[in-house]
Amino acid sequence: MSQKTDFFKKAGSFLFDNKVMIAFAAICLAAIVLSGSPMTFIVDGVFTRITRNTFTVLALIIPVLAGLGLNFGIVIGAIAAQIAVFCVVYWGLGGFGGMLLSVLIATPLAVLFGYLVGKLFNRMKGAEMIAGLILGYFADGLYQLLFLVIIGGVIPVNNPKLIISGGVGVKNTIDLTGNLKYAIDSVRMVDIVTVVFYVVLAVTLIKVILHLLKKYQLNKGDFIFFGIVGLLFGISYIPVVEKFLSTDRLILLDALTAVLIVLAILQLIKIVRSIWIDKEPLKTLVKPIVTLLVYGLIYALTFIPEIEEVLSYVKLPVLPFLLIAGLCWFNQKILSTRLGQNMRTVGQSQSVAMASGIDVDKTRVIAMIISTVLASWGQLIFLQNIGTFSTYGAHTQIAQFAIAALLVGGASVQKATNKQAIIGVILFHTLFIVAPEAGKQLFDNAQIGEYFRVFVSYGVIALSLAMHAWTQFKKEVQPPTGGADLEIPALPAVTVKQQTLK
Amino acid sequence: MDDQYLLSMKNISKEYFGNRVLKGVNLNVKPGEIHALVGENGAGKSTLMNILFGMPVIYSTGGFEGEIQINGESISIDSPHTAMNCGIGMVHQEFMLIPEFNVTENIKLGREIGEPTALSKIFGNLLEKMNWTQMSKEARKALDSIGMMNIDEYAKVAGMPIGYKQFIEIAREIDKTGIKLLVFDEPTAVLTEGEADRLLEIMRLIAEKGIAIIFITHRLTEVMAVADSMTILRDGEFVVRKDVKDITLAKIAELMIGRQIDKLVDDSLLASRNLSDDKIALEFKDYHVDMPGERVKGMNIKIREGEIFGFGGLAGQGKIGIANGIIGLFETQGDVFAFGKRLDLSKLGEALRNDIAFVSEDRRGVGLLLGESVERNITFTAMQIKDQFLRRIGPMKILDKAKADQHTREMIKLFDIRCTGPSQTAGSLSGGNQQKVCLARAITMDPKILIVSEPTRGIDIGAKKLVLEYLTKINREQGTTIVMISSELVELRSLCDRIAIVSEGKVFSVMKPDDSDAAFGLAMAGVREEEAV
Repeated sequence: MSQKTDFFKKAGSFLFDNKVMIAFAAICLAAIVLSGSPMTFIVDGVFTRITRNTFTVLALIIPVLAGLGLNFGIVIGAIAAQIAVFCVVYWGLGGFGGMLLSVLIATPLAVLFGYLVGKLFNRMKGAEMIAGLILGYFADGLYQLLFLVIIGGVIPVNNPKLIISGGVGVKNTIDLTGNLKYAIDSVRMVDIVTVVFYVVLAVTLIKVILHLLKKYQLNKGDFIFFGIVGLLFGISYIPVVEKFLSTDRLILLDALTAVLIVLAILQLIKIVRSIWIDKEPLKTLVKPIVTLLVYGLIYALTFIPEIEEVLSYVKLPVLPFLLIAGLCWFNQKILSTRLGQNMRTVGQSQSVAMASGIDVDKTRVIAMIISTVLASWGQLIFLQNIGTFSTYGAHTQIAQFAIAALLVGGASVQKATNKQAIIGVILFHTLFIVAPEAGKQLFDNAQIGEYFRVFVSYGVIALSLAMHAWTQFKKEVQPPTGGADLEIPALPAVTVKQQTLK
Repeated sequence: MDDQYLLSMKNISKEYFGNRVLKGVNLNVKPGEIHALVGENGAGKSTLMNILFGMPVIYSTGGFEGEIQINGESISIDSPHTAMNCGIGMVHQEFMLIPEFNVTENIKLGREIGEPTALSKIFGNLLEKMNWTQMSKEARKALDSIGMMNIDEYAKVAGMPIGYKQFIEIAREIDKTGIKLLVFDEPTAVLTEGEADRLLEIMRLIAEKGIAIIFITHRLTEVMAVADSMTILRDGEFVVRKDVKDITLAKIAELMIGRQIDKLVDDSLLASRNLSDDKIALEFKDYHVDMPGERVKGMNIKIREGEIFGFGGLAGQGKIGIANGIIGLFETQGDVFAFGKRLDLSKLGEALRNDIAFVSEDRRGVGLLLGESVERNITFTAMQIKDQFLRRIGPMKILDKAKADQHTREMIKLFDIRCTGPSQTAGSLSGGNQQKVCLARAITMDPKILIVSEPTRGIDIGAKKLVLEYLTKINREQGTTIVMISSELVELRSLCDRIAIVSEGKVFSVMKPDDSDAAFGLAMAGVREEEAV
């Protein structure tokens, strides 16, 4: 009986906590059904957009944790990326090398911009979001000044492909075909494996040197990691594997299979450890075994022809997804460092953080720099995937769309996770893809669906901000209530005596 | 000789903007001793502690005079960080805890233990990995050492009883290495009785370890129960340092309050009044006000017509809430009757429409429109409520500038408001003159009942006297009933007919201005006289 009510309570609070996400999932589902678009089209579209946008959305997480709210200032990171792209295209470079150069140009710019934005936000505590929004518009103005007047007007640039025929100002769109288009997407898997191997090799060597200099203690984990990477590198020389790895796209079906295999291996390792190493009771095995069965079930589902068709239709670029996974890992890892702990503390209460000797302003600036740099990289991934660079429009909406996606995933102004970011991107962009078609089917007018998605993206931001303001207001009005009377624990056997003073 | 003391603060003086708040105060604390620091609100306790902690507020206002010694060595404490390094810790009144963090994280806040990683070797210790196993072990040890075996070091702080939070803060201070002196600033104010008793036990436990404790409290019974010695401050002056065993509760109360009371009121005027229990101006029945920090919890009192009635008591006990409830700034429950008519306090402006005027204690926040002129400030309420200073032209009401100007000039003269003229902005006036503007506005309403809350807070002596004299004057000449809420007992005793001491949101006792100092002191501390013997 009590278990049952407990279950309902839990289910209720789960529904309540995830209300935004659930509502959105329902809207998406309805729109998918209404649009009548083939699943191959929808899934392909969604994965393309995941490739393009997830990195930028993930860049928003750290400022949220550090108490800076939703970082509307990522526009400035995007601007840094776009300046870099313009330079690289102007110099006539391209391919992966050109992309690396763009990163090298964009990163220091983004660090500088992030530092300045962070400094500004420290002077506008409590109004970071509105400051970021307006700052985005202001930066857009400076960007236009640079691209419309200074380039060609002040700095002589002679390139009829890039410059408006009068010789002053950059053209409205820059075609990236043949230079930066797919520069990241088209990296072959075998190259990734090779590069990863050499990087790990270098890092391990540095660790060994540090160890010999007695500055670092090598541990088992270092060698195991190196061993696994080395093994994978070795396997990649087997002709069959090499052939498989020599493409740059992965069929979704294969990707899913690979992910399931890796997850299953991890679960198996867990089971083996808990039986033979930790010798835990068998009861603890239930969860991993059930998980394994679920994986098996998912794999079985892929044999249903409809699903198989969709999964074999969609092809994923490998490197962008690895970068997204890497950023998720980074967001996780940074929390387990002192910097991460400081950020969380600052995010919870600046006054307490200050009283504990944490440099609040510095921590906030670091969070802004990280976010701006990540946003600039995110914009590079976006531009190379989309293939045409709309000089004056590519950056203007990214903050709104990225923030809306994060919020749709269930994040708030104060709390955001990787999972919320990814779910948010999937839901938000599913709606983006199907809404026009659904509008067309429903009202015989695609424009209405278009209106609907714009309305939804801004509506979600407004709703989330209003709810945040509301909880803040409630907190201020309701002072802490007195707790229940304390259960007084037994004192340890210490004789309490009055001090005798001489 | 002095080295028997762990801490001695010698001849400490401090001035805030020409106002001497500490005048040659001494504070001496021995190792392992619980030393109580007692005094009324405004006696200088907080300032003294701010000096001890090297708070920025001290240095931004010109520093202090005097000497601080620890173990007989003279030191200069110029920042909270230095104080921490000297082994001085503080258990804060508002908890410095993060609810969303667990107990370990809170105890180790800002002092996390890190493990070096390859990256931290290159980029500095910000990239060290947190060692939670070690940290939770140390947190456990700190909790155990104050006997809190049943607080789980992994539990989230949010939702814990207030008492637990207090103990976690104490554990955090204990966990700091080399702690020698702990300051407890009114630690029991927010606790239930059971929790408070537990806290006192823990204080003894800590003192047993040789750590000295400075215990700031208004609850004199707790001082008697737990402290070894005490220092009494009054009006920024050092009164006495005594061992607790040599003193009684009544004596402490007397030493805290004791000073000359000057009667402001001319007794000849007093005779002309006819106060009667049949004519009640204001009556409270089971009156509650939900004002955070100043809650009123069930007040019953009758205030007679033509009376000057005072509400006194310590900060946070609810006296401020009384007035703010009537005027409609906070939600109320219960009944309030003005001249027998029940007021519906849920309607904003109800009190004003029933001839009750209010002078707020929050002059700059509630009392004045700082950016507006003196004239607008004085006439605004009357314009809104009574349609004064307005001319009707058809359906429109237009400001009668001449009338408002004339009235303002009269008021400026009457109250001696020092300003360049009616058009000067209220925000640019000095505190005393701002208070006069507030009073002038209330008078403009021509009220039958005038409620003044902390009328002399933050204003100089000359203005203080003028304000009090004027209150007496309108009471005597126009028969206005005056309700005065003040933290300054002297002030209340100088002009009130009766004074209600408010404690824990209720009227603790109604006293006459010429009752003894000890009686007032005990009432303020919430101790019945019979208990004090």
